[in-house]
Amino acid sequence: MSSSVTNVVIAGLGGQGVLKASDILAEAAFRTGLDVKKSEIHGMSQRGGSVTSDVRFGDNILSPMVPGSEADFLLVLAADQVETNKGLLGAGGVLICTDRIDENALANRRSLNVAMLGVLSRYLEIDKPFWLDAIRSSLPEKVYDVNVKAFEMGRDAAAESY
Amino acid sequence: MDFEKANVAERLLLSGNEAVARAALDAGVSLGTGYPGTPSTEILENFSRMGGPAQWAPNEKVAMEVALGASFAGARTLVTMKHVGLNVAADPLFTAAHTGVTGAMVIVTADDPGMASSQNEQDNRWYARAAGMPMFEPSDSQEAYDFTLRAIELSEEFAAPVMLRMTTRLCHSKTVVRPERSIAEAGRPEFHRNIKGRVMIPAYARPAHKRLRERLARIARWNETSGPNDTIQAGKDLGIIASGIAYAHAREATPDASFLKIGLTWPLPTETIAKFVRSVNRCVVIEEGDPVLVESLRAAGMTVEGKSEQYRFGELNVNRVRRILSGDDSVEAAAAKGKPPQLCKGCPHRVSFEILRRLNCIVAGDIGCYTLGVLPPFEAMDTCICMGASIGVGLGLRHVLPDEQARRVVSVIGDSTFVHSGITGLVEMVYNPPKTGHVVLILDNGTTAMTGLQEHPGTGRTLAHQPTGQIVFEDLAGALGIERVEVVDPTKDPAGYERILIEALDSGKLCVIIARRPCLLVAGKVREYEKKRSAETDAHE
Ligand SMILES: Cc1ncc(C[n+]2csc(CCOP(=O)(O)OP(=O)(O)O)c2C)c(N)n1
Ligand code: SF4
Repeated sequence: MSSSVTNVVIAGLGGQGVLKASDILAEAAFRTGLDVKKSEIHGMSQRGGSVTSDVRFGDNILSPMVPGSEADFLLVLAADQVETNKGLLGAGGVLICTDRIDENALANRRSLNVAMLGVLSRYLEIDKPFWLDAIRSSLPEKVYDVNVKAFEMGRDAAAESY
Repeated sequence: MDFEKANVAERLLLSGNEAVARAALDAGVSLGTGYPGTPSTEILENFSRMGGPAQWAPNEKVAMEVALGASFAGARTLVTMKHVGLNVAADPLFTAAHTGVTGAMVIVTADDPGMASSQNEQDNRWYARAAGMPMFEPSDSQEAYDFTLRAIELSEEFAAPVMLRMTTRLCHSKTVVRPERSIAEAGRPEFHRNIKGRVMIPAYARPAHKRLRERLARIARWNETSGPNDTIQAGKDLGIIASGIAYAHAREATPDASFLKIGLTWPLPTETIAKFVRSVNRCVVIEEGDPVLVESLRAAGMTVEGKSEQYRFGELNVNRVRRILSGDDSVEAAAAKGKPPQLCKGCPHRVSFEILRRLNCIVAGDIGCYTLGVLPPFEAMDTCICMGASIGVGLGLRHVLPDEQARRVVSVIGDSTFVHSGITGLVEMVYNPPKTGHVVLILDNGTTAMTGLQEHPGTGRTLAHQPTGQIVFEDLAGALGIERVEVVDPTKDPAGYERILIEALDSGKLCVIIARRPCLLVAGKVREYEKKRSAETDAHE
């Protein structure tokens, strides 16, 4: 069954927007009409501890958690969290780190999470309008533009290196 | 998939907590109450945001009592708490099972297997058995929605309070929900006297206990024929009995097995289960936490397999279920160690723990963000048990330690925790004062930070951040007869704070020091609430 399921794990530190990023991804996939499950543990995460969130989509999803070592994509928002999480990647899985983005070129560093989604978007069959809708519905209106710019930046960066 | 063609109108992507809130709204619940606690907190927050009447109580016991009163009046009520909250509310819980209700009362208990954010790993399925209360266990957000509605119906049909057991994964996982509001209109609250049914003196409680057991027997029969239990009959080789999130993991781990998913897990549909057990050659119970279900089934004479002891601890997942099914008891690889959380840079709690460490205090601690004072660089906390315990434990230490050690004991408690269960501790302190006196530090950061910045009676704002009555800690402590009450600002005047603490420790008196400085994350929000409010009052003038 795993062939029809896409497994994404997003990892980082509390305050980096890991959960927001997974919300946007889940929402975008959901809007395409697929079955989606998204899972996370948030408790003390707002105080800088490690955070991960799983997003799975496909025809029919059962467990909300990506089974260990079966992630197709691992997005890591903090360089020092790569080591901790890389074991989650399955064979042939894609690791996406912040080195794909020029962080200094971001208008607001807080939109790094959305820029990383831009990179991821190049690998997924989710049309751009779904992403934009998901960004709009998941973030406050006043930061929509800056996040769309970040998303485009990630998308362009990925197109170059892809 | 094409953007234009996708039809999203009747589908929602909701967390389990959002789904419960949405169901409460669709059922016309007239009062939602509870106390914050991970992973249950967002139920009432969402209910309120959706326009439902929701309020925070000072603690879970009070919440349960308020909900019970409202359901005596015929209302539909929802009361939410984390697993340990039910310990606090256990007193009304057991007797509410005796009295029953007139309207509906749904008690959400959100367990935390794996302890993502809790002080213990208790399995609240025991409470259903101990109190004699029906319990639903959803396995995804759709069932969280459906079962909340069904719990309300069951509660009304059988005049019984009903529990809905959630777990961290369900509360915080988003899955697809199609909300179908299929429930009768709520009745209008009205008082009807029922002295023998609601005044639990022994003479009336004895028949009430018998009624409770009869009611459970009727619900068990209902569960056999109409309960939310699903069978997937596949091969005969392997049958799995599961409920809650364990069902989702098990379905993925062994898609070809036959399944019995139990939705109303107490009282059990024993005949349905026995029939399923007989229909397969090998039957395994997959459950997260304690071996609750497997023991019940064995006690009923069924031959079922369970799991070995190591799987009692922590959450299940697909791989662990595979291991259980293959009888693999080898040592599991430890999960990668992440970075632990820390007090925010500039958090006002930091100053308190720097001082406590410097003064080499013996710290009876409590639960909140400030529990992080136990970790380096502070390591300035010696005990943490349950909410409010700092004061009792500190007093106990003071009573028996040799004087020179007793004088170093300080109880440290947050503002929300103080309101929740610290006030009776102060009463104890006045009533049974240690001979060396005692010092209680209330870390008043103006919010319940740990669980995501909820209001409480000390903030003077309601769940929806509207102004309301406020408990003033210094007035309360004074009124209780505490000899010395001080208010300090840890950020502005750390030196003054330290001096006052040293004096208090030396004084041999009963002292309460309130360290008042808003949490960094709440300060901006409070300004927003106040701005919004003054804009509203201007508009009304
Ligand atoms: C009985 C019970 N209910 C709820 C909780 C969850 N919980 C832990 S600490 C806490 C309150 C923290 O607030 P506060 O004391 O003000 O400290 P802060 O986090 O703001 O520093 C809550 C709600 C719990 N552990 N036990
Ligand atoms: S959230 Fe507030 S109380 Fe908690 S660590 Fe940060 S500043 Fe301190």
